[in-house]
Amino acid sequence: MKYTIDELGFYGEFGGAFIPELLQKNVMELRENYLKIMETEDFQKEYKRLLKDYVGRPSPLYLARRLSEYYGTKIYLKREDLNHTGSHKINNTIGQILLAKAMGKTRIIAETGAGQHGVATATVAALAGLECVVYMGEVDIKRQAPNVARMKMLGAEVRPAKSGSKTLKDATNEAIRDWINHPKDTHYIIGSVVGPHPYPDMVARFQSVISEEMKWQLLEQTGRDFPDRIVACIGGGSNAAGAYFHFLDNAAVELVSVEAGGLGIDTGQSAATSVLGSKGVIHASMTKLMQDKDGQIIEPYSISAGLDYPGIGPLHAHLIETGRSKVLTANDDEALRAGYLLTRLEGIIPALESAHALAGLEKIDFQPNEVTVVNLSGRGDKDLETYLLNG
Amino acid sequence: MGKKRLKKLFDKKGNKLSIYLTAGYPVLDAMPKLVEVLEQEGVDFIEAGMPYSDPLADGETIQKSSAKALKNGMNLDLYFKQIREIRKFSNIPILFMGYFNQVLKRGMDNFLQECVDSGIDGLIIPDLSPEIYMEKYADTFDKYDLGISFLISPTTPDERIRMIDNLTSGFIYAVSTSATTGKKGEFGDEHQKYFEEIKNMNLKNSVAIGFGIDNRKKFLMANRYADATIIGSAFIKAINDEEDFLEKAGLFVREIKV
Ligand SMILES: Cc1ncc(COP(=O)(O)O)c(C=O)c1O
Repeated sequence: MKYTIDELGFYGEFGGAFIPELLQKNVMELRENYLKIMETEDFQKEYKRLLKDYVGRPSPLYLARRLSEYYGTKIYLKREDLNHTGSHKINNTIGQILLAKAMGKTRIIAETGAGQHGVATATVAALAGLECVVYMGEVDIKRQAPNVARMKMLGAEVRPAKSGSKTLKDATNEAIRDWINHPKDTHYIIGSVVGPHPYPDMVARFQSVISEEMKWQLLEQTGRDFPDRIVACIGGGSNAAGAYFHFLDNAAVELVSVEAGGLGIDTGQSAATSVLGSKGVIHASMTKLMQDKDGQIIEPYSISAGLDYPGIGPLHAHLIETGRSKVLTANDDEALRAGYLLTRLEGIIPALESAHALAGLEKIDFQPNEVTVVNLSGRGDKDLETYLLNG
Repeated sequence: MGKKRLKKLFDKKGNKLSIYLTAGYPVLDAMPKLVEVLEQEGVDFIEAGMPYSDPLADGETIQKSSAKALKNGMNLDLYFKQIREIRKFSNIPILFMGYFNQVLKRGMDNFLQECVDSGIDGLIIPDLSPEIYMEKYADTFDKYDLGISFLISPTTPDERIRMIDNLTSGFIYAVSTSATTGKKGEFGDEHQKYFEEIKNMNLKNSVAIGFGIDNRKKFLMANRYADATIIGSAFIKAINDEEDFLEKAGLFVREIKV
């Protein structure tokens, strides 16, 4: 099985670029340049330098003793929460801002759900001295207020997306429209492995540093350079793609993706895309999405703004379709409980998104000697209010 | 009829005017009535927009009309039913305009067959790129008597315009400006140069200019260079009245055409 893209950007039947002609130039420019630029020595040197000295990589791989004891197995946490700005999102934005500069772009746009990607984008835009506009759903602006304040302090303009469910999907629509309206000077930093080719491949490559580090960290700590299982949450699926990347071809590694069940799969208030969704096009990519019989996109719901998205990246659609990855769902209440559990057992407050990955642990039959890595994609500072309200 | 009706339309001399409408807007059963009025006022062909939840290429006006139409209860079955109704009294060429996911979800063959059966003549699907169409879907489309119009924009290179011209049957949809639908502002030298360039390419297909045409001046400028002019957002804005939308529609066309 092949887990890389073909000429037109498809993973099997998923992916591609279903874009209006108005975006063709922007997307082609990126498509023709991203690998070329990423492979230059200058780029690699600067990317690695920034990941190390600015982001603080490598992020630790931490054997969570009390959590392991609780589940009767060995659980390691890949500590993306310790990155500068508090999540894995910065791995991608550092890469894309260098790319944008190399392509001579002067204006940066982004969409954000939880605000983590918005903050990570505003951060690198400040670092690069570029103008930055972040689109964010009105609902998310309310529930992720600390991140809105951070983006503003970083000098970004936060523009509310007021259509549809006023969440991540709508913020992404607005960002794509902005890009259509700015065909020359603007680079769109997409925050997940979604959108038209080359974004899913490009973002997965930038996030792949997560599994690259895991390999040697596991070798050091367990004597073997791969785990039995990796567990990650998926909204669009970038942290999962990064955590899986170097293990995709190793069938001994089980890949477990946890989707947001919201109030429950059958409640009509859910974001469990792979369960509730079917094949179709969202944000210019052929993938799985939640839609009605006419192909209208269904508005999702999750307590976690970063998972409140009716699609998944095409790589994940492909992994699920081919049976390479397995999907679990965690509802709001299960995620909240898992968030509290980690806090009390390990003294780590996880982002609500990451708490979904942790909630997945409840549904896995562990063997005592197995090694499971949970990708702890972000920290929970932004979610304190939600945690406390639902404590 | 499909391709023949479109060919007949563009074989006629003179500038054509097309109006984009959102099916189900401003009221659920507006489309057949609007088409009747528009035809009487001398509109030459209709872009019948099937509202979509996430219209990426559209500006605020069409986003809003789409959301309203969906709220009014528009769906694909009803859309085709209204097209059939129109066909009882009119032979005006009609193009389906919608997003690819709507076509895909119904099953490509089912969808295209329904277009043919109801009396649609051609399709405009802004998010179906020519490359993907060619590679994956052209064979299916070719089985049906339907035109397909691809978009070109000011950023489309000449070679690519030629490639698109080869794939198109019906007319080429030249987007006036690199922007979502409904962009304000007059046409300037830049636009004129772009329109001129397209005209001088002597494409096989007829060319229609659309996006952002909201007054008579822009309409006349587009007419100087293209075979047809398409007006969308400005028309949608003009009929934003659940009571008087038919009068407003007639008035709008009269003011543009005078
Ligand atoms: C901490 C954290 N984890 C996960 C996600 C979900 O994104 P993805 O599925 O692309 O990793 C987000 C998105 O906002 C996030 O902030």
